[in-house]
Amino acid sequence: MANQSEVIDRLRATFRSGMTIPEQFRMNQLQKLLSLVEENEQLIIDALHKDLHKPKFESVLSEIQITLNDLYFAIENLRTWMQPEYNIGKNLATRMDECFIRREPLGVVLIIGAWNYPLHLILLPLVAAIAAGNCVILKPSEICQATEQLLAELIPKYLSQDCYAVLCGGAEETKSLLKNRFDHIFYTGSQAVARSILLAAAPHLTPVTLELGGKSPCFIYGRIDIQKAARRLCWSKFFNTGQSCVAPDYVLCTVETRDALLPAIQETLLSFYGSDPGEGPDMGRIVTLRHWRRLVDMLRKSKGKVVIGGDSREEDKYIAPTVLVDVPEADSLMQEEIFGPILPILTIESLEEGIDYINRQEKPLALYVFSDESSVVSTVLNNTSSGGFCGNDGIVHMALPGLPFGGVGASGMGSYHGRWGFETFSHRRSCMNRSWLLEMVNVLRYPPYSEYNLGWLRWATTLKKGSWGGCTVM
Amino acid sequence: MEKQAVQRAKEAFVTGRSRPLEFRVQQLKSLLRMITDRQGEIATALKQDINRSQFDTSLFELIGLENEINLAVSKLAQWAAPRPVERSLLTISDEVYIQPEPLGVVLIIGAWNYPWALTLQPLVGAIAAGNAAVIKPSELSEYSASLLKSLLPRYLDQELYPVVCGGVSETQELLRQRFDHVFYTGNSTVGRLVMEAAARHLTPVTLELGGKSPCYIDKNVDLRVACRRITWGKFVNCGQTCIAPDYILCEPSIQNRLVEGIRQTLLEFYGPDPKSSPDYGRIINQRHFNRVMALLEGYTAAVGGQSDASQRYIAPTVVKDVPPHARLMQEEIFGPVLPIVTVSDVDDAIHFINEREKPLALYVFSSNKKVIKRMLAETTSGGVTVNDVMMQYTLSSLPFGGVGQSGMGRYHGKHTFDQLSHLRACLVKSLGMEGVNMARYPPQDPQKARRVRLAMRTPLVDFSRGTYVWAVSATVVAVGLLVALTVILLLAAGISCTCW
Repeated sequence: MANQSEVIDRLRATFRSGMTIPEQFRMNQLQKLLSLVEENEQLIIDALHKDLHKPKFESVLSEIQITLNDLYFAIENLRTWMQPEYNIGKNLATRMDECFIRREPLGVVLIIGAWNYPLHLILLPLVAAIAAGNCVILKPSEICQATEQLLAELIPKYLSQDCYAVLCGGAEETKSLLKNRFDHIFYTGSQAVARSILLAAAPHLTPVTLELGGKSPCFIYGRIDIQKAARRLCWSKFFNTGQSCVAPDYVLCTVETRDALLPAIQETLLSFYGSDPGEGPDMGRIVTLRHWRRLVDMLRKSKGKVVIGGDSREEDKYIAPTVLVDVPEADSLMQEEIFGPILPILTIESLEEGIDYINRQEKPLALYVFSDESSVVSTVLNNTSSGGFCGNDGIVHMALPGLPFGGVGASGMGSYHGRWGFETFSHRRSCMNRSWLLEMVNVLRYPPYSEYNLGWLRWATTLKKGSWGGCTVM
Repeated sequence: MEKQAVQRAKEAFVTGRSRPLEFRVQQLKSLLRMITDRQGEIATALKQDINRSQFDTSLFELIGLENEINLAVSKLAQWAAPRPVERSLLTISDEVYIQPEPLGVVLIIGAWNYPWALTLQPLVGAIAAGNAAVIKPSELSEYSASLLKSLLPRYLDQELYPVVCGGVSETQELLRQRFDHVFYTGNSTVGRLVMEAAARHLTPVTLELGGKSPCYIDKNVDLRVACRRITWGKFVNCGQTCIAPDYILCEPSIQNRLVEGIRQTLLEFYGPDPKSSPDYGRIINQRHFNRVMALLEGYTAAVGGQSDASQRYIAPTVVKDVPPHARLMQEEIFGPVLPIVTVSDVDDAIHFINEREKPLALYVFSSNKKVIKRMLAETTSGGVTVNDVMMQYTLSSLPFGGVGQSGMGRYHGKHTFDQLSHLRACLVKSLGMEGVNMARYPPQDPQKARRVRLAMRTPLVDFSRGTYVWAVSATVVAVGLLVALTVILLLAAGISCTCW
């Protein structure tokens, strides 16, 4: 599309001019983005409610506040992050030299948002990209139309239009956008689309960050306060109607635990949403009819037994918080990420059985363990892999800006949040400023070669025991 | 055959035996023994592959490897330990850390120009990070490849670290398999294909590619020393180094002196006939020989220019006044030919560099701090060395890698370990402090929302400058007051005591 290329060319020209490099500029833009969020809270809440029936509380907590936090964190730390890193271990040969690592912007980056947290999943990467000094093309999810329109309207109003642009569109427009060359592509979404993005990036040798998903398992095992566990589990599972990439997808526990868990879940759901979750303000809805049908279909095909919930309503895309037991491993609910308010409980006889099961699946984005026994937590930790891990709670590990948020294997590559985002959108350039002195040491490396010189060089460059930093004279 | 090797490596990884730190250290020490015991054989293989002198081999491949292994062995416990992280009010009583974990099976595709260093250095990081690795050395350096294939299984775990040899079709077969990471060193054409193959499996890649590394020489520089350093870097390994200075940018006024300086240095290094010097290398194969010779077509050399196809010998060659559109300036030379392109000043040089793809390395020779600062601030590249060439490669604490067309990802030292690990974010909470959590549960009201918003704010402690200054001055004042109080009390006690 001619329009797309024009925008990209314009941003590239701006980047070349060096406008986005100075700290002052970046700080200024971050402050403006802060104002954008602070001054339009109600508009954001309304848009999210329109798109996802998101309760105001969830919008504030998981969209607005998390974005504000990341902005405060970036603004406060920008100067530190931008400093060249001088604390580099040196060796004999480079003792007189200045060695440091510069953080440099990449250029024009593309950020593709997702529909489940349409605000923060596009704004948090934007914060990192701005902080790192890049120009940015934002492509919000077309599924959340109200939020998409709001972003398309607000971003040019607050941020520099020469450096940051919002391009809207569906699958076709995204495909044509990807034909262009970017200096980094940041994508949040599904594995199928991720593959096509990587394939589009390969001819340009563009580095990519993929924030995908998977089936995040949740162990409930050993000695445990079942009431508290049930509350935290239900909160993490049914938040945003289960449409979180890090929602606990399914539970693994023994039969005894399950029998204690079910009434606890029942009680928790009652206290959260009342006797009819479909009536209260605190339960969300499924994003589109297509997604609703997928979930209802999955539920219908399941061989498990529904013990809580199970009802659904097409008019407002409602599905009740639902729990199933006796779910077999090959069940319809166990084939793909659920991404809805349906919780299968798989019973295991031992921790090892559960761990084996998990290790036979793809590496998930998150893994949870509820247990008072630290040996249980550490056994699971040490014998599995996942993007992130949280013991005795759900989701909250992603709210800490000090922790990198990202997947591994099929759940993604790369990470962000806080400084990790800054690093994702930067190039770490190694710099060595050699002194003119010590040419007589350098002479040892020149031809004509001799055993004598080699002997000295070997001595000078071999790592001594107890010292650190290797040196080769290449 | 490739499929079987990969499958065996996967199964071996699943057993978990590559994880314990003792195992990793033992394998690394064994690898070190291989390099030190078999130095002679390695040197012979390299001589046959690329006419590498035994000194270059030691210097450029083996010493670096030994140092990397020693570093990994001594630092492994530290690298593999959980890394603590800053907390918020909500997580104050919890364990928050990042745990490095192995990825699984890594595919390492080596290069032919430094077949040992470029194949084994990534392997050091792979082993240190607890992975299994399939090693595919370059078939162009065939003697080294077959030597590696026979040696490695004698020193390392055969199932965890198989060596797979072969050409294009074997590499393609390997790339069809699924790995947890692919580490490729080579050119960008194949780099694209590697990334494409990995994309199908959503496999992350590290690509160490190349490009045209510019070398800018300021007019007020000590040309003698500069020439010696540049000549060394350019003609080592017969110019077949990814970070060799590819071309020179300088003002016309110093061009002739530069050429003379290089000519003089070449005489010192290789004598009047480099062909008969034991220290000068050869081009790896006929195809590359023809490629480099074709680049020279139509240009008269200011220095060198001779060649001998039967030996794949190309003399150290310098070409003056090369126009920017020349073939010599279109692709990475990767040979002993040094074009000089004249620019009017440093602005012109910066503009020239920025018009082209981001290079793997950038070199600046200048004694003017402003020039150096501008070059660093207004260009980008994988790495930089000022007033020398290639040395940014030699410090393992500096991450080594490209940007843009010159590559993605980085390694050396701890950076290899991090590149080939998964840094898993871990939060372990207690089930206590549920009171704080209560605010986040439905049903919701404004007071609850406010409490949660407050608790979510980070950082916990404000380490900004203002607070720091306040804290220090407050402490000083407090200590001062304490001292004053003590003195007063002592005096008061002294006055009331009639003993003295």
